[in-house]
Amino acid sequence: MRALRLVSQSLLPFVAGLAVLSMISKGLSGSWAIVLMVAGINIILAVSLNVVNGFTGQFSIGHAGFMAVGAYTAAKITMALRFVQIAGISSDASDQLFFLLALVAGMVAAAVAGLLVGAPSLRLRGDYLAIVTLGFNEIIRVIIENTPFLGQATGISGLPRLTNFVWVGMGVVATVVMAKRLAESTHGRALLAIREDEIAAEAMGVDTTSYKVRAFVIASAFAGLAGGLLVHLIQLCTPRSFTFIKSFEVVVMVVLGGMGSVTGSILAALVLSLALEGLREVQEFRMVMYALLLIVLMLTRPTGIFGTREIWDILPKWGRHRAQGAAGGSP
Amino acid sequence: MDHRPEARAKNDTFCIPYYLEVAMRFARALTLATLTAFSASCQSKQEAQPAAPAPAAAPAPAPASDKIVIGHVGSMTGSEATFGTSTDNAIKLAIEEQNKKGGVKGKQLVLKTLDDGGKPEEAAVAATRLVTQDKVAVLLGEVASSRSLAMAPIADSNQVPMITPTSTNPRVTKDGPKTRPYVFRACFIDPFQGTVMAKFATEKKITKVAVFRDVGNDYSVGLADFFTKTFQELGGKIVVDESYKAGDQDFKSQLTSIKNKKPQGIYVPGYYTDVALIARQARELGIKVPLMGGDGWDSSKLYEIAKGALDGSYFSNHYTDEDPSPVVQDFVKRYKAAYGAVPDALAVLGYDAALVAFDAMERAKDLTGPSIRDAIEQTKGFQGVSGVITLDADHNPVKPAVVLGIEKNKPHYAATISP
Repeated sequence: MRALRLVSQSLLPFVAGLAVLSMISKGLSGSWAIVLMVAGINIILAVSLNVVNGFTGQFSIGHAGFMAVGAYTAAKITMALRFVQIAGISSDASDQLFFLLALVAGMVAAAVAGLLVGAPSLRLRGDYLAIVTLGFNEIIRVIIENTPFLGQATGISGLPRLTNFVWVGMGVVATVVMAKRLAESTHGRALLAIREDEIAAEAMGVDTTSYKVRAFVIASAFAGLAGGLLVHLIQLCTPRSFTFIKSFEVVVMVVLGGMGSVTGSILAALVLSLALEGLREVQEFRMVMYALLLIVLMLTRPTGIFGTREIWDILPKWGRHRAQGAAGGSP
Repeated sequence: MDHRPEARAKNDTFCIPYYLEVAMRFARALTLATLTAFSASCQSKQEAQPAAPAPAAAPAPAPASDKIVIGHVGSMTGSEATFGTSTDNAIKLAIEEQNKKGGVKGKQLVLKTLDDGGKPEEAAVAATRLVTQDKVAVLLGEVASSRSLAMAPIADSNQVPMITPTSTNPRVTKDGPKTRPYVFRACFIDPFQGTVMAKFATEKKITKVAVFRDVGNDYSVGLADFFTKTFQELGGKIVVDESYKAGDQDFKSQLTSIKNKKPQGIYVPGYYTDVALIARQARELGIKVPLMGGDGWDSSKLYEIAKGALDGSYFSNHYTDEDPSPVVQDFVKRYKAAYGAVPDALAVLGYDAALVAFDAMERAKDLTGPSIRDAIEQTKGFQGVSGVITLDADHNPVKPAVVLGIEKNKPHYAATISP
C-alpha cells in the first residue's frame, strides 16, 4: 500500500502537469508560446542551480557550460537520428521518442561533466569553486569552437524543432519536483547543514565533499536538460548561446529569487525573462532598465525576493495550513 | 525587521477555520481557470488573424489594414550595437521615403524594430514575436550570421519572407542541401569575400600571407577558410594560421609568432574592435606589412581605436561612399541629411534590403507571405545603392565587391572585384 502511495505521489505532478500543459499548449500559439518556453527553460536553469548555490551554499558560475554539454549531446543525437524512424509508430511519435532519448543522453553527459568538474573542485570552498566553474564554462566553449565535429563557431544548424510547450513544462515540473523532494529528504537536510556551517556539518558526520558532488551532479544534469530543450527550440546549437554571460544570468535569477528558495527561483526566472521580453521595445535602454530593476530589487531585498523561504512561508495564513497538511501527510 | 510579520504569524495560535482553506483551494482553482481562459482568448485572437491576409487579395482592400508592418530584428544593444543601429537607421530612411512616394500598393509602411542584444536565442524570440504578434509582411535582419541562422527556420515555418542585409555565411539561406524558400539576402557571401581578398592580394604580388582569425566567430572562420582556399589555388602560401577570441586585449604572443614567419601580409577577417587593437599591437611589435580583412572592419570606431595603425591596410566591402556613381552619392546625401553621418556598408545594405522588399511587395499579386516570396525570388537587375541586384538560385545576390585601402586613418576606394 505504502509503495503504491509513494509511486502515485511521485507520478501525480507529472500526470497532472501533462494534462494541464497539453491543455494550455493547445490554446497557446506564436509569440506567447516561445516567450513562455524561454522562461520555462530559465526556470529549469535557475531551480537546478539553486540546488548548488542555494541549498548547498556553494558558488558555481559555470552553469552554461553544463548546458552546452547537454545541448551538444542532444543535438548530435537528433541530427544523427533525423532520418531514422522506429518501425510501427508514426514519424512524429518516433521523433518524440528519439528526442526523449536525446534529452536523457544530454542529461547523462552533463552529469558526467558535472562529476568530472565537481569531484576534484568541490574539495575547495567559496571563491575557488566559482573560479573553477567559470574556467570550465570557458573551456567547454573553447573546445566547441575548435572542434570541427561540433561545427566550431557556427555550431549545428538545421535542428528539427522538437521542443514544444509540453516538453518545457514537463522539464520544469521534473526540476521543481526534484528540488522540492531533495530539499525535504535526508540528502537535502545534509546539504542545508553544509550551507549553514560546513565544519559543524562535518563534525556531525556529514560527508561534505560527497554530498556537494552529488548536488553538483544533479544540478548539472538538469542544466543539460535545459540546454537540450533550448537548442531544439531555436533549431540552432551555437557556442554563443552558452557564454559565461548566460551563467551569470542564471546566477542573477537565483540570487534575486533568494538562495535556497525554489519558488523564489521560479518567480525570479519568470520575472526576469518576461521583463526582458517586455523591455524589448525600448531597445537601447533595455539593458539599463534591466540593470536598474536588479539594483532596486537588491537594495530593497538584499536576501532576494524570498530569502531562504518559500512562497507559502511568506503568505502566512495559507502557508500554515499547507505546512500542517504536509506534516500530517508524510509520516 | 523584515521578519516581523512572519514571526508573528508563526507564533499566532489562531487556527484558520476549515472554510478558509476551502476558499483558498477555490481561489487556486479560479487562478488556473483564469489562466486557461486567458490562453484560450489568445487562441481565438491567433486564429482570427491568419484569415485576414486572404480577403486582402480581394479587389477592395479592407480599410482596417491600410498599413503594412515591416519587422526588423537588430542588435541594438550588445557588442555589435553599431551594426544594428546603422541598419535600423537606414531601414527607417527607406520607409520614410517610400511612404512619401505613397507607400506600397497605396498602403503606408510601419517599421517595428525589436532588439536581440546580440544573442541567437533572443533573435529567435524577437522574430517569432514579429511574425506572430505583429503580423509583419516582411522580416528584415539580422546583421550577423549566427542570429540570422536562428531566425531562418522561423521565417520558413511561418511563411514570412526574410531578407538579411549583411549575413554573409552561405548556410543562412540553406537548410542542409536545400535552399530555404523564405530566406534571402542583400549581400554577397563569405566565399566571395574571401575570394576577392585572395585575388586582390595576388594582384598586389603578395605571396606569403599569415591568417589571424577569430575562432569564436563563424563569420571570421568562414572568410579565413575561403581566403586560404583561393589564395592557395592562386599559388600563394599561408605561412601561419593563428587565432584569437573576440574581446581579447592582448594579441602580442600570436603576433610575435606571425612576425617570426615574415609574411608579406596578414589576413584578419574580424570585427572592428579587435582588428583595431591587433593593428596597434602589430605596429608596436614592428610588423609593417599590410593587414587585410572583410566587411567586419567597416565602422567609424575602427579608425577611432586604430589611430592610424591601419594605414596601408586593405579590406573588402560592399560599397564605398567615394563611389562616384550618382545612386551612391544621392543616397549618401540623403542619409547625411537625416542622421548627420556618412552611411557605412551596413546602412547601405539595410537600405537595399528594405528596397528589395518594397519592390517585391509592389510586384506581388497580393500581400501574403507566399506571393511576396515569389516576387522577391524573381528580383532581377534591381538597382540598389550597393549595386545591381539579381538573386541567384540560392537566394544570394550576384554583384561586385569593392576593396578599400586605408590611408591617413581614412578608407579610400582601391579596386572593384567582380564575381
